[in-house]
Amino acid sequence: MMDRIAALGRTGLDVIASLGRACQFLAGVVGGVPKPSVGFPLLVKQLYAVGVLSLAIVVVSGLFIGMVLGLQGYTILSDFGSEAAIGQMIALTLVRELAPVVAALLFAGRAGSALTAEIGLMKATEQLSSMEMMGVDPLRRVIAPRFWAGFISLPVLAMIFAVVGVWGGMLVGVEWLGVYEGSYWGNMQASVDFVDDVLNGLIKSVVFGFVCAWIAVYQGYDCVPTSAGISSATTKTVVYSSLAVLGLDFVLTAVMFGNF
Amino acid sequence: MAQRTTEIIVGLFIIAGLAALLFLALQVSGLSPKAAGATYKLHANFNDIGGLAPRGRISMAGVTVGTIESITLDRETFQARVTMSIHKDVDNIPADSAAVIRTSGILGEQYIDISIGGDLESLKEGDTFYSTQSAMNLERMISNFASGR
Repeated sequence: MMDRIAALGRTGLDVIASLGRACQFLAGVVGGVPKPSVGFPLLVKQLYAVGVLSLAIVVVSGLFIGMVLGLQGYTILSDFGSEAAIGQMIALTLVRELAPVVAALLFAGRAGSALTAEIGLMKATEQLSSMEMMGVDPLRRVIAPRFWAGFISLPVLAMIFAVVGVWGGMLVGVEWLGVYEGSYWGNMQASVDFVDDVLNGLIKSVVFGFVCAWIAVYQGYDCVPTSAGISSATTKTVVYSSLAVLGLDFVLTAVMFGNF
Repeated sequence: MAQRTTEIIVGLFIIAGLAALLFLALQVSGLSPKAAGATYKLHANFNDIGGLAPRGRISMAGVTVGTIESITLDRETFQARVTMSIHKDVDNIPADSAAVIRTSGILGEQYIDISIGGDLESLKEGDTFYSTQSAMNLERMISNFASGR
């Protein structure tokens, strides 16, 4: 019985220690700014691997989510005779909520897990420790470009998601279901505010990018250097990133759109 | 992949993101590059503004001539004071016009409609509408109807 309580306490302390290591890790990653001539090509390479290669899933998901929003929205709004409000509904839903959150979830699943697996494998094959022994700081050389690539890519991906979604909604609403194109765009423009909606969505995606990139690189860096450890770390990245994104989304939405 | 090709593709990716942001700003949101000095302010006091909100529409004969700037409560008269921004080129609103709150459709948004009076003088910057009509109150209408008035 006492053993169980002791084990619980140990687990709690482990979690807190892990959080502390994560913060120290973040300080090392953010603080170590490399020379531009060395760091920039690394960053570009990571931006390609993390951002550009995630474009496919983001664009296709955005398109289908926009189209589904158009269909479902039309069905519900036609009960009130307000089909013309479909543009407003799709745009606000996407820009405020779905674009940052879904893009972050897809990013965590695709790019986050890839980052964790890559860094975990580097740790397991002792590449990180041999880099340290050669005097190259692995945080600066390997981890920081990946972190910044994730941080920069997610807002870009979220904006592209929103645009493709709005266009997909237009495909369904205007082309297929016959909503008047003028009222689709007109109602949308009248109700979407750049500062309150678009910029808030952008801020959300910046925060999510920071969190997802941090979790992904930290889990890779901190994993148990065996194959089971890497697989567990990859799972943890996706799960923790998703939970963090959804939790932070609630907090940010309450702050931005709540009426306090 | 060659370093140069990678750089070009990443550059295009960032440009696509910025273009998406620009599209969201101009096409999706209501941001428009309009001069700020193109409007003048008028005021109106209502007993009940109903569901009116800032950025609501102000129309004359169905044409949008301005937007609602702000709505405040006048603590002395307990009326709502609505400040409106009317386009500068609509500068000949007769001084005895009325500001009426109408609803577009049954469940639609509420907006302010200006019904023209006959005065030769026009409203100027900072003037207040002489007569106003408050928002239609569904409960009051139903109780009037039910009590047969």
